[in-house]
Amino acid sequence: MTREPIIALQDLRRTFIVRQKAGRVRRRTRTVHAVDGITASIMSGEAVGYIGANGAGKSTTIKMLTGILVPTGGQVRTCGYNPVPQRRLLAREIGVVFGQRSQLWWDLPLRDSFRILAAIHRMPILDAATRTEELVERLGLSQLLDVPVRQLSLGERMRGEVAAALVHRPRLLVLDEPTIGLDMISKERLRHFLVAERAESGTTLLLTTHDMGDIERLCERVLVVDRGHLVFDGTLADLAARVALQRVLVVDLPEPRRDLHVAGATNIGSELDGQRQRLAFSPHQTTAARVLAEVSAMTEVIDLTLEEPAIEDIVRTLYGAT
Amino acid sequence: MYRTIIGSRVRSQLAYRTSFCLNIATSVAVGVVEFIELFAIMANIKVFGGLDFRQVAFVFALANAGWALAEVIFGQLDIMPTYLRLGRLEVLLVRPMPLMLQLITSDFQLRRLGRLALGMLIIIVVLPGLNLNYTPATVYLLVITPLTGAAIYAAFFVTAGGLQFFLIDGAEFTSAFVYGGSYAGQLPGSVLITPVRLLFTFVFPATVTAYLPALLIMDLPGAEYLPAWLGWCAPVFAAWAWLLAWLAWRTGIRHFTGAGG
Repeated sequence: MTREPIIALQDLRRTFIVRQKAGRVRRRTRTVHAVDGITASIMSGEAVGYIGANGAGKSTTIKMLTGILVPTGGQVRTCGYNPVPQRRLLAREIGVVFGQRSQLWWDLPLRDSFRILAAIHRMPILDAATRTEELVERLGLSQLLDVPVRQLSLGERMRGEVAAALVHRPRLLVLDEPTIGLDMISKERLRHFLVAERAESGTTLLLTTHDMGDIERLCERVLVVDRGHLVFDGTLADLAARVALQRVLVVDLPEPRRDLHVAGATNIGSELDGQRQRLAFSPHQTTAARVLAEVSAMTEVIDLTLEEPAIEDIVRTLYGAT
Repeated sequence: MYRTIIGSRVRSQLAYRTSFCLNIATSVAVGVVEFIELFAIMANIKVFGGLDFRQVAFVFALANAGWALAEVIFGQLDIMPTYLRLGRLEVLLVRPMPLMLQLITSDFQLRRLGRLALGMLIIIVVLPGLNLNYTPATVYLLVITPLTGAAIYAAFFVTAGGLQFFLIDGAEFTSAFVYGGSYAGQLPGSVLITPVRLLFTFVFPATVTAYLPALLIMDLPGAEYLPAWLGWCAPVFAAWAWLLAWLAWRTGIRHFTGAGG
């Protein structure tokens, strides 16, 4: 059996016409190429991170492959369907979580949202009940089932959103910025669930994010998009080989000090005469704890933060390299 | 499926009993205020657009019944601009259910039934005083008019909803003909000045929702451009209004998926 890709993009394009004011009555129109010839295919069961800076074309691509937006050129097939004309058939096969848009009924308890979604997907009542129970247990939602959605915290609501997108057992789960605004614990909890869900059901994951942590924890493959073009398509390891996915440990010291030099890390700058120093290290070679231990051996540390690599920097490095 | 969805909407409204009662009261009060307005006019002039008080009240009540029915089902389309602005439509588009059905079931407003009750009440009160001949034809018109009226007003809501896709913050504009149409429909069509009369008959057929069939029921002649026999054509006008609505809606959706919010 030859496996058909679950998502196939062939020279996909989307342009928008933007009208701008130019003078009192005149309007100047400008064509924006939001997606400018993307070709990629994703096989069933893969977990793919789709990253890029703001306005790079991520959301536009997601809208085209979920059937919300018609492409201006090229082709897109999702689960074997042509998304916009076959929107309702496609909707049965996919689950979509928009981090910034709720799909839950804000004035109803979560329990009712799940029930309505199961009804919309025409699931048999028993099946729907089993599935909901399973998701509720694994996402730790049982205490929240009777709380109206508007009273949930962001982290609680996001877990509800993910459960809602999975009620009908979609083959493909599309997550658009699922961890935006979440605290570390909520993020970790969600990632943990997604890893488990994928291992169990083999659901294909496509995820856009600004958080490299999401990508590292969830995805094997990464697509990087910049100004409508695909600038990288490969495994996470390939990406790490081409771009230093470095963490930066920022330490605040009690008094000015000359630049610290620590094995396995490079000092990438200091502020306030050395009261704040920035040490970059690769998580594959050393750990934050080891870097910190070495720094502590030399001086006292008042405060510290750990910075994850920014998507914008990754894109910039990719450009520099090619 | 629809039972689950609508059931949950109804339950959520009944859950807050005080607010539900307040809502019903408000809905009735709006109707009552409009009726008092009419009453005030009739206290000064005995004949309004060729009709006496009872007859005017009858037109008002018929129009209200149709309007209330339409509003219960399609009134939510009023919040289309909010849906568009908050990007909620994208969420609805990734569900296997037609968009229109999701929108009208998203908020099923029972409180609007208050207005229906008011309309029915006025009809029951004024009907004996109208000295009607109850022929099969008048009975048919009495039954069908609120239904065709509802269909016509519903088409206004859908047309307005479809136009929202093009107009950014165009709610004021569309409200002008949705609510303007409802107001025009409650009045004797003969009091409208000619351009408005033509607009609200042959483009947005508001006068057909109550005034014209009421003329037939009461066996009265029509006004200029509004012969009473047009009242028989109410289903045709309803079909026309729905054709407009369907076109506006379809173009709206195409525009949305074509340009993406």
